[in-house]
Amino acid sequence: MKINLKIWRQTDAGSPGHLVDYQLDNVIPHMSFLEMMDTLNEQLILSGDRPVEFDHDCREGICGQCGMMINGRAHGPIPHLTTCQLHMREFKDGDTIYVEPFRGKAFPVKRDLRVDRSAFDRIIMAGGFISVNTGQAPEANGIPVSHEHAESAFDSAACIGCGACVATCKNSSAALFTSAKIAHLAKLPQGKIESRKRVLSMVEQMDIEAFGHCTNTEACEVECPQNISVLNIARMNWEYTLSKVLK
Amino acid sequence: MEHTLSTLMRKTLMALTGLFLCFFLVIHLLGNLQLLLPAVQAKESFNGYSQLLSGNIFIKIISYVLYTSLIVHCLDALVITLKNRKTAGKYAVDKRGASSKWYSRNMGILGTLILIFLVFHFKDFWYQYKFGTLPVDEYGHKDLYTIVIAAYQDWWYVLFYVLSMFALGYHLLHGFFSAARSLGVYHPKYVSWIRVFGRGYSYVITAGFAIIPIYVYLTQHVSWN
Repeated sequence: MKINLKIWRQTDAGSPGHLVDYQLDNVIPHMSFLEMMDTLNEQLILSGDRPVEFDHDCREGICGQCGMMINGRAHGPIPHLTTCQLHMREFKDGDTIYVEPFRGKAFPVKRDLRVDRSAFDRIIMAGGFISVNTGQAPEANGIPVSHEHAESAFDSAACIGCGACVATCKNSSAALFTSAKIAHLAKLPQGKIESRKRVLSMVEQMDIEAFGHCTNTEACEVECPQNISVLNIARMNWEYTLSKVLK
Repeated sequence: MEHTLSTLMRKTLMALTGLFLCFFLVIHLLGNLQLLLPAVQAKESFNGYSQLLSGNIFIKIISYVLYTSLIVHCLDALVITLKNRKTAGKYAVDKRGASSKWYSRNMGILGTLILIFLVFHFKDFWYQYKFGTLPVDEYGHKDLYTIVIAAYQDWWYVLFYVLSMFALGYHLLHGFFSAARSLGVYHPKYVSWIRVFGRGYSYVITAGFAIIPIYVYLTQHVSWN
């Protein structure tokens, strides 16, 4: 099939970017979106142009590296999907596809579709951990955890940090990402001990990184590849208020 | 407010002031329902009720909490909106609206419409009652009832009221549940209860306030009687 592309090209963080038109004549419907991008880059390299830079790693939908704004939606038109798991069969022959980087003040574009998401790392560094020497793997049943709590904590822990929540939020809020980690650790006995301190420092870092306010539109949950629940945000709000009051 | 509060604290403040305003709306609606009584009875009842409220010290304290809530809710919203505008990402093609409700994304616009409505609402009734010279009814109470009936004689004024109530309705539809979220109600059971209650609350408040001017217009229209 024939696909027309309008892709955001930008040399570096300092220079202005713009949309550039490309055309691909032999796109196979079974191709993933990233394979289609590979095909384009092959074409660009052969003609001596600079290939389009984009983040990617596992291409199995679990690493959270890939992420693009495809036709104005994070990871494309299908909810709960990473860009690598989006396939060209979702598009029609002759379609024009707009590809832009994830945006937000806290997510500066480094080049083309490649975005600096290290703000997420700094939020985790502010408290998204348990301060004990882990050593070797501990006995699994040493600390009793109910099945329900373990499952619920795992659901929160499933966040892959792709940044689609921020990209799709009209305020570029990182509430879903930050809250998933806060809730994950607050639900487990090992994490509970530091939960008061953790929520305060992680939220403080989230604000320092210039993410916006969460206005509860719930768009983040829809676009999240891992279907992380917005109830994590409620949990974060509860933990935060409690910590502020009891501090 | 801008430099000392975190994003979460600003949202908590929105929730607390918003929920107080929600509570006030219930009391306000219950009082206004007296306007649906037959004219003679409504006049006596409504004017007596107004007199009762204005003389009560407890109500006076509540009213100051109300004014404060209203002002803080607006100012906080302004700060949040301006800050969000700075952090938000902008796209050449933006179809993000597909993943959320339109009214959840436009609370600022709906709120502004409500604020415009409130300016007229305060000017026409609150200011009149507090600082204007009102006629007195046969019981010696200020005759607010006649002022209200006179106001609803124009169809465009009634329409303005009804449309404003729809803006309020959508604002509440997102606002009520959003407030519970901001305050941290995270248990799935209570979250779904709040969603149902919030929806019911919004429908009742909107319908209740919208029906009154329509009813008055249809039943008490001077040129028709």
